[in-house]
Amino acid sequence: MRLTVIGAGPAGLYFAILMKRADQRHEVTVFERNAPDATFGWGVVFSEETLESLREADLRSYMDITEALAHWNTIDVHYRSELIRSRGHSFSGISRKLLLRILQDRAVELGVKSRFATEVTDADTFADADLVVAADGCNSMVRARYSRELGSRVTECGSKFAWFGTDLALDTFTFVFRDTEYGMFRVHAFPSDGRTSTFIVECDTTTWRNAGLDCMTERESMALCEQLFADVLAGHRLLANRSRWRSFARVSNDSWHRGNVVLLGDAAHTAHFSIGSGTKLAMEDAIALVGALDRQHDLERALVDFEMERQPVVERFQAAADESASYFERVASYAGFTPLQFAFNLLTRSGRISYTKLAVRDPQFARSLDSWFSTTARGGSADERLHIAPPPMFAPLNCGPLSFGNRIVLCPIHDEEGLDGAPTDHDARRLIDAARSGASLVLAAPVAVSAAGRITSRSLTIGGDRQARAWAQIVESVHDARAFIGIRLSHAGCRGATSPRSRGVDLPLAAGGWPLLSASPIPYTSISRVPKEMNASDREGVVRDFALAAERAASAGFDVVELDFAHGYLIGSFLSPLTNARGDEYGGPLENRLRFPLEVLDAVRAVLPRDRLIAVRMQATDWARNGLSTDDAVAIARALAEHGCEVHHVAAGQTVADDKPDFGRTYLTAVSDLIRSRAGVTTLVGGFITTYDEVNTIVGSGRADLCLMNMGPRPSGSVPVQASMDRHRVASVSFPSTAGVG
Amino acid sequence: MKIGVGLPNTTPAGAPLTTEWSRRAETGPFSTVAVLDRLVYDSVDPLIALTAAAAVTERVGLATMVAIGPLRNSALLAKQAASIDAIAAGRLTLGLAVGARLDDYEIAGVEHGDRGRRLAEQLAFLRTGWGNAGIGPAPARPGGPRLLVGGASGRAFARMARYADGYAHGGGPPRAFAGAAARARAAWSACGRPGEPELWGQAYFALGDEDVGAAYLRHYYAFAGPFAEKVASANLTSERAIRNLIGAYEDEGCDQLILLPTVSDPEQLDRLAAIVA
Repeated sequence: MRLTVIGAGPAGLYFAILMKRADQRHEVTVFERNAPDATFGWGVVFSEETLESLREADLRSYMDITEALAHWNTIDVHYRSELIRSRGHSFSGISRKLLLRILQDRAVELGVKSRFATEVTDADTFADADLVVAADGCNSMVRARYSRELGSRVTECGSKFAWFGTDLALDTFTFVFRDTEYGMFRVHAFPSDGRTSTFIVECDTTTWRNAGLDCMTERESMALCEQLFADVLAGHRLLANRSRWRSFARVSNDSWHRGNVVLLGDAAHTAHFSIGSGTKLAMEDAIALVGALDRQHDLERALVDFEMERQPVVERFQAAADESASYFERVASYAGFTPLQFAFNLLTRSGRISYTKLAVRDPQFARSLDSWFSTTARGGSADERLHIAPPPMFAPLNCGPLSFGNRIVLCPIHDEEGLDGAPTDHDARRLIDAARSGASLVLAAPVAVSAAGRITSRSLTIGGDRQARAWAQIVESVHDARAFIGIRLSHAGCRGATSPRSRGVDLPLAAGGWPLLSASPIPYTSISRVPKEMNASDREGVVRDFALAAERAASAGFDVVELDFAHGYLIGSFLSPLTNARGDEYGGPLENRLRFPLEVLDAVRAVLPRDRLIAVRMQATDWARNGLSTDDAVAIARALAEHGCEVHHVAAGQTVADDKPDFGRTYLTAVSDLIRSRAGVTTLVGGFITTYDEVNTIVGSGRADLCLMNMGPRPSGSVPVQASMDRHRVASVSFPSTAGVG
Repeated sequence: MKIGVGLPNTTPAGAPLTTEWSRRAETGPFSTVAVLDRLVYDSVDPLIALTAAAAVTERVGLATMVAIGPLRNSALLAKQAASIDAIAAGRLTLGLAVGARLDDYEIAGVEHGDRGRRLAEQLAFLRTGWGNAGIGPAPARPGGPRLLVGGASGRAFARMARYADGYAHGGGPPRAFAGAAARARAAWSACGRPGEPELWGQAYFALGDEDVGAAYLRHYYAFAGPFAEKVASANLTSERAIRNLIGAYEDEGCDQLILLPTVSDPEQLDRLAAIVA
C-alpha cells in the first residue's frame, strides 16, 4: 500500500512503524511541519496495559521505551498545607522528546520516509495514496477540512492552563491545590524523565484574570507560578516550552474516516489532560488501525472495523475525562473538606477508581479513610480514632435527633393494591422486609396529606383512624427490626387524580377525579386537567393538612417526616419558575416562590415533636430550560435548613413533563454533591444506586450522607446461585424485594 | 429470555413471504414475530404485515419493533392496534418511537421538529383512548395492548417510564444494551412505577448468503452515512455469534430478544430455529 501520514507525533510515527513492520513493501511517508527535534510538551504517561500492547506491537521500540521509562506508584495531594499520599497506582512515564526520538529512529530503521518541515493542509494532495492518515493533532487541518462530513465537535473547557516543565525530579504524581489572593490554582505534576518533570498549572478564568495572567508574557507568567509554588518546587525552576495559557479543546467526531482519509490520535479525539491518556490513546489507535488493515482487505471495511474497535474505548475515556475536568472546575466548592476526604474525592472524581478499587490498590489509604470516617461520624476526636473501622456505608450518622446505624435507606415501591389509602399487608411486609434487610431507614412513600392531595385513586393516606392504626402497626414492626421509619408526606398538586401507576404515570382518571390545585393554572401534560391557582384559603387548608398529617405521623410513631417539595407536585410547583407564574407575593423572585413552601415547613416543624427528624425532598434542577438555576437550588437548600430541615433528599426533573432527564447509574449523585458542598447540608440521594461500592464511594467522598438504594427487583428470600447446564453463568445474589424511588 | 424473530417486511421482496414466514415461526421456538417500520422504502406496512401474521397464527406474539408513532394519526393507530389485538386475541405488543429519518416525516407531511412531543401525546392518548374514547373493538386485555417505547435520549426513557410497559432497544453490542437497560430501570424507578420495565432487544442475522444480508443493511441504512457499514459488519452470520449475543443479552436482563432477518429466504428461519431451539 502507498500510505501518507500527516504528523510525526506518537500516533503518526507509531502507525508508520507498525505498517512497515507488518510488510516492508508498504510505501510509508510521514509529513511533519516542524523540524525533527522541535518537540513540545514534557512527559507522557502510560498504564501497564498500554505498555503490554506496545510490547506485543513492536518489541524493538518497546525495549527502547522501557529503558527510558520512569516508574512511580504514588499520588501526592497537597491541600491546605497537608500532604495526603496514596500508593499502589503503578504509573510509567517517559519524556515526550525521548519517546519521539525512539520512534523516529525506529521509523528510519524500517525504511519509513520522513519529510520534516513540510506543512500539509490538504489531504486531497494525496488523492493517489491508498490511505492518508491524519495524525496532525488536536488542531488537525485535515479534520477541519472535512468537519461537516466527519461530524466534528470541538468545545473549549472553562479553565485555563499552561504546560511547564521543571528541573525538579518528582517521583510521584503530584496534585497541588493552592488558595491565593487571586483564587485557587491547581497543579498537575508528574515525572517526565529522571531529571525533569511535567508541571501543569491550571485555574479558572476569573482567577487567571485576577492574577493578570491574561496580559503577561510567558516569562512573567512562569515567574508568577514559580513564586506561587516555591514550596513545592523547593528551589527548582520552571522551564518553558511554548508554555502559553490556553483552554483545553475537547475534540470528538461522529466518524473518523472519509474516503481514503482516516483520523488518528488527538486529531480524532482528545481527553482532558487531568486523566493523562492522550498519547496512550493515540498509540493504541495506531495499533488498532494496523490490525484492522491486516484483517480486512477492503479499505472501507477496515476503517469501519477500526472505528468500531476504538470508538467505544475512546468514548469511555472521554466520559471519565469529562468528569475529571468538571471536578477541577468545581473543586473550590470542596474547600471545607478535611484533607483525607478531599484526596479520596479527588481520586474517585472520574468514576474510574471506586472505593473498592482503591482499597485493592492502597489498603492503607482505605483503612485510613474508614478510620477517619467512622471516628468523625461518631463525633470522636483524632486521638479516639478507631483502628478497626467499617467502610463508610456502615458508619453511623448523627443527624438531628436520630442516630442512623448505617447509610442505607430503602423505599419499597407502593403497588397500589389497597382501596382506602391504608397500607395493605403487602405494603407492610415490604417495609418490614426492608427494615430486616439491614437498612437504617425505610421510607413509606408517597403518602398523601389529604384525599385531595392523592396522586392516584389508590394512593396511600394517613387521614383516617383505620389508616393511622395500620401505620402504627407497621412502625412498631420496623422498630422491632431496629430500623427507623420515615413517611414522605405529599400533595400531588397538578399531578393528582390519576389512574394507578401500574399502567403509567400522569394518566388522568376518566371518572371519579377530584379538583386539582397548583401554584398556577398550568396543566402537567397535554391530557392533564387544568389545576386551580391556589388562593389564600387553599393555602391555609394545605398548610393545615400538612401539619395535621405530620401530627398523625408522629402519633403513629414515625421517626422521620419527609415533606415532598419536588417533582412538580403541589409544594414544588411554587418553587420553580416553570410552574409558578403568580403575580402576588408567592410568585416572582425566589424569595417569594419560597414563601409558601416555608410556611408548610414551619407549620410542620411547629407541631412535630423535637425527637422526630424533618427531611425535605427538594428539587436540585428541573432539567428544563428556564427552570431552577443552580444558585436557586443552593439558596432553597439553605433556606430549608434555616427553617429546620435536617436532611435534604435531593431530587431532579419531573417539574414539567417534557424535561430532559439524564438517567443512568447513580445519576443524581452530581446534584447531591452540588447541594451538599455548596449549601453545607446533610443529603440523602437516590438515583439508581445498586451496589455497596457505589454507596461507599458516594458517602466516603462526601457527595451525600445517606443513599437510597435500588436493590434487586425480583422477590427472593434466599441466595439463588443460578446454574445452567448449557451455558456458563455468573452466580448472582438477590436481595429482598425492595426498590427505591429516587 | 424469550427469543422472537423478525418478519421480512423490510427485506427485498419479502412481502409474499409474510404468511409462510409467520407459519414457520409459529411452529418454531420463537415467542414473537416482529416488524420494522419505514415509510420511504420498499417495505410492507408494519401493522398490515402483523395482520397477515395474525391471520395464520394462534400462538406467537406480534410486535412492532418499532413503529414510527408520530407519522400516524393517533386515533387511527389506536383503532388499527385494537383491531389486530382483537383478531389475535391479545397477542399484540405495540413498540413506538420517533424513528431516525427525516424523509419519512416530509412525505407524510408531519412536522419533524416536535416529533418527541407528538409521540408523548400519542402514548398518552393510547393509554387512555382504548379505555376512554370508545375506540373499539374492546381491547383483549384491560387497558389495551402492551406498549413499548424506543429511543436513546433521556426524554425517550422518561416517555417510556411515564406511559409504556417496557423499553425497545435499537440494537448494538451487549454493553450498549446494558447501558440502556440501566437507564430504563432508573427512569422507571424515578416515576415510581411498580415492578420493572420489560426490556426488549434486537439484532440482525444472516445464516448463509451473508453478502446479500450485508448489502441489504448497507442499503437500508444508507441514510445514516458511515453508520451503515457498522451495522452491516455487526450482522450475526454464524451460530457462534448468535449464541454469544443471546447469552450476553440474557446476562444483561433482556426479557425478549428479536432476531431480525436480512435475507428474504424462509430457510434463514429454519437455520435460526435450529440454533435457538
